[in-house]
Amino acid sequence: MSVGKRKGVYASKMKRATHMLFYRRHQKPGVKGWELHKALGADYPKVLDILDDYLKSLDLQVKTVFEEEKAPAAKPSLEELDKARFYITLRGDLTPKEAKMIGWRIDDLAGLAVAIAYVISKKGQAPRKEVEKLLGEKLPNWKVGLNIDRYIRYGYLQQDDKEQLYLDWRTRAEVDEKALIDLLLSSEKQTTLPAEEESEEVEDKDGE
Amino acid sequence: MQSQKEVKKLGREKLQRIIEMCTAIEGHTVDPFTLDVEDIIRMVKEYFPSWEQPEDFNLDAEAIHHLASVIKLQSEWVKHRSTSLYTDPFLLEEKITQASKEEMVNVLLKAWHPLVELEQISIHSLATAMRYWEQLVPLEERWRELLAPEVAVGTATREELVKQRVLGDKAFSEELECYWRELKQQVQAKGQGGRMRYWDFVGAETYEDTVQRAFLASFLITYGYATLEIYPLEEEIFIKPFDEPVAKIAAQQSVSVPIAVTVENWQKWKRGEMQ
Repeated sequence: MSVGKRKGVYASKMKRATHMLFYRRHQKPGVKGWELHKALGADYPKVLDILDDYLKSLDLQVKTVFEEEKAPAAKPSLEELDKARFYITLRGDLTPKEAKMIGWRIDDLAGLAVAIAYVISKKGQAPRKEVEKLLGEKLPNWKVGLNIDRYIRYGYLQQDDKEQLYLDWRTRAEVDEKALIDLLLSSEKQTTLPAEEESEEVEDKDGE
Repeated sequence: MQSQKEVKKLGREKLQRIIEMCTAIEGHTVDPFTLDVEDIIRMVKEYFPSWEQPEDFNLDAEAIHHLASVIKLQSEWVKHRSTSLYTDPFLLEEKITQASKEEMVNVLLKAWHPLVELEQISIHSLATAMRYWEQLVPLEERWRELLAPEVAVGTATREELVKQRVLGDKAFSEELECYWRELKQQVQAKGQGGRMRYWDFVGAETYEDTVQRAFLASFLITYGYATLEIYPLEEEIFIKPFDEPVAKIAAQQSVSVPIAVTVENWQKWKRGEMQ
């Protein structure tokens, strides 16, 4: 195959991958590796690398979440990639102002950070009551249950029938767990947001 | 001096207590290291020569089984402590309690990379939707078709219902057990690696029988008599019977697997194209 033709093939595969990754195909966002394999062929990891490189300039990235929750130590095999799930996420981080613009109240974000950090510290599983107690120290009691339910609904946390909370698919896709814990442990006391200091009442994500 | 009977009674009580303790640890309500494994093994060994009845051996085996789960939990705990993600929960809890909400938000924002999604309709899907709308029969007409003729209320015997195929001629659970045995026999005769192709099992001479078999197979899987192995890339589905029905693990999320048992697929299978 000539260089020009090969370039054309990859451009077309990249377009197809973009459609699959940006538009939701299932109840949850993201695409399974085997779906990309089927649609793009066995060289889909290369297509995703090209797309990821292209998305750099837009501050976006192709995020891979492996089935076993942890990335394989060495280069992942095609079989491991087939079982993984791929998403498009922001590459950098949001400023507090931007977070408000996408519909999060500061209380809800702080509560989410606390809930995720606490579950991680408890080896990935914590009783809901303990998380409620922790959130209840700084949030009104009527709001604590509602917030946890919302984190569950969005896919950040999941709860089993014994009222134990675990991290769910969205946390694995969106949150760098290690960075969160490291930042929390190294953080110094701060009372105002870095980018702005005004109050935080902004419309919620789903209009609540 | 304790009689043999008293020793056995005491031994059973101790085994029961070990099982209860292990179950509590497995349920994450107790720290796995509160259990002195060596001490427990010594105790189990001590009573083992006294057991004669199958129930006692069963209890002994159950205790060992639970003990193995606790050792696994202990090993996971050690593994987690040795990873870079491990942080002393008390230290972290202290940090969380002391941190202001602004600080927590700031921390999260640096580690958070939200998903990006687009929601947009295309000209193609709009055109498809328009075509569908044009062909959609008004509700008034659709509902008219559904009006069932009035019939007098009467009674029907079980035999009549069986004849009309509303009920099977066996109790459902009995039918399911028979079907499970048949699956095991077929896997033994025709299967490989303790499994066989799904279509080779549910496929029958007539389409009606195939649907009936697929219906029963779905219950075999739901009730833990068998499981499916799916290879989406190769488009292959295998059914694998369990030796004993498996109770679902509470925390495990069950997944529904839609399999189209259409006339086309059945015909393909008959022609040997479902390999």
